Amino acid sequence: MKRHFSWMTCFFLAPVLIWLIFLIVLPHIDLLIMSFRAEDDYGDMVWSLVNYKEFFTEPIYWLTFVRTAVYSILVTCITFVIALPVAFYITKVVSPRVKGFLIVLLLMPFWVSELVRVYGWMILLRESGVINHFLMMLGITSTPVEMLYNDATMLLGLVYTSMLFMVVPLISALDSLDDALIEAAYDLGSGMWTIVGKIIIPHAKPGIVSGSIVVFMLTLGNYLTPNLMGGKSSLWFTEQIYNQFIASFNWNQGSAFGFLLLILSSFIIWVGLKLTRQNLGKVAS
Amino acid sequence: MIRTLPKSRTYTLSFGVFMGLYFFFLFAPLVITCILAFNDSQFPSLPWKGFTVEWFTGNVAQRVGIFHDQINLASIWVSFKVAICVSVLSVMVGTAASFLFEQENFPLKTPLYFLMLMPLVIPGVILGISILLFSNTLGMFFEDTWGIDVGLFRPGFWLVVLGQFSFITTFVTLVVSARLKKFDRTLEEAALNLGATRWQVIWYITLRFLRPAIIGSGAVAFLMSFENFNTTLFLVGSEATLPINLYLQVRDGSTPVINAISFLLIVGTSSLALFNLYISRKEKLE
Repeated sequence: MKRHFSWMTCFFLAPVLIWLIFLIVLPHIDLLIMSFRAEDDYGDMVWSLVNYKEFFTEPIYWLTFVRTAVYSILVTCITFVIALPVAFYITKVVSPRVKGFLIVLLLMPFWVSELVRVYGWMILLRESGVINHFLMMLGITSTPVEMLYNDATMLLGLVYTSMLFMVVPLISALDSLDDALIEAAYDLGSGMWTIVGKIIIPHAKPGIVSGSIVVFMLTLGNYLTPNLMGGKSSLWFTEQIYNQFIASFNWNQGSAFGFLLLILSSFIIWVGLKLTRQNLGKVAS
Repeated sequence: MIRTLPKSRTYTLSFGVFMGLYFFFLFAPLVITCILAFNDSQFPSLPWKGFTVEWFTGNVAQRVGIFHDQINLASIWVSFKVAICVSVLSVMVGTAASFLFEQENFPLKTPLYFLMLMPLVIPGVILGISILLFSNTLGMFFEDTWGIDVGLFRPGFWLVVLGQFSFITTFVTLVVSARLKKFDRTLEEAALNLGATRWQVIWYITLRFLRPAIIGSGAVAFLMSFENFNTTLFLVGSEATLPINLYLQVRDGSTPVINAISFLLIVGTSSLALFNLYISRKEKLE
């Protein structure tokens, strides 16, 4: 029996190991090695820290890096502030019959490609766009206003594209909250903010953490939305990586940037998990 | 506060308004994209110049509808092939992984489980570049050592498939594992006692039980692959997938053909999503 089972284990283990080693572990080791290689004065590839030095000495690089991190945290916070009342409304306020319908309605845009959603916002917001058309028709402005290509629009786009990854875990977290707890608190005379702070948020913590991690990750690593909605002036770190790889063909520099982004995302997620005393295995399931 | 408690008028009203605005925010870009796909104008913007389906069916020089637009049709076909390959591969490996982590015991199980979760916290762009680098390193190694040129290691169809497979498999594993956790293992023991082999148990009992989760995760894998941009961007060769192709067109100025494609995508993915929802609802009832 025992032998039989270990053979079985090998059968399941083999594809999983091939997947993880060849597509996750080795590529990232290669990324790390590449980031420490550079051409010396004779054009030979040698071990070097020059790619990382370049990052710290060139302000545009590390400024973009810091900017990307700060904006990603900001997007995560805005998304949470909007998503919490939505999840609360759907799970606790609205009647159970409408609830299922609203959840389907919430999930619909999530399935549509990010590109299509960003494109929709571009049609709405650009100079010849739909919103400008209505503003001019109503006589609010006489000349079209360019609403695309600034930081506020980019934030809007990022919040929009990652919204559902926050709403869904919050809904499942609040679903398990017993209504009696809120009723009891209300009967004992607590106000709305006390209930939110003392009951709802502590209970929804696992959902908040997993939602925040996913939103933060997706925002930090997003290329499409900052690129299309942020325009030339708004830099995003993934754009720097793309430029190093595709435009300058400097793969070593690009690898160093890629590795820095990976360290940043892992570090912030690690801090988040430690602060909230959660672990990744629990959050994922 | 909640439905069982007395609520003030202002509270109900302002919450209702907030939700209304939220759903407006959620649907405005999608609805406007769909509407403008039928506008009889050369540009995807207002004013409304009348209803037309020419952005779908047109075949004259100024108006090549999507059904005659060879470049876009080709990219849809590429995306379709990629998505099929990715969903088949990731469902097979993901199901194996959930059996491995739910039912088997072996040394280093916990570290391997965390390694399996890694793609959730690696940005898609990083996955793309690391796989690009590694395949390039392998390609150079093969060429220098044995003098053979392996097409697989150059950006192209199969590299896109592998890149998407690398993280979509994690999602499949999590979905299938969630279902496998609910499996009553006494059923397996009963079958084993009645003389079934372990293979027969898996084939006739466990996999049957997992079927809704496998179909559902396959549909999710298909959609995730179909719309993936970040990872694909670095691995794509001469055959662009639909999101890459649309991105290039949107960046360089847009025509209502993009709206027509978006309309088809919205309708197509919504039906697939509803189908997936139907499957999972059936699973819940069982």
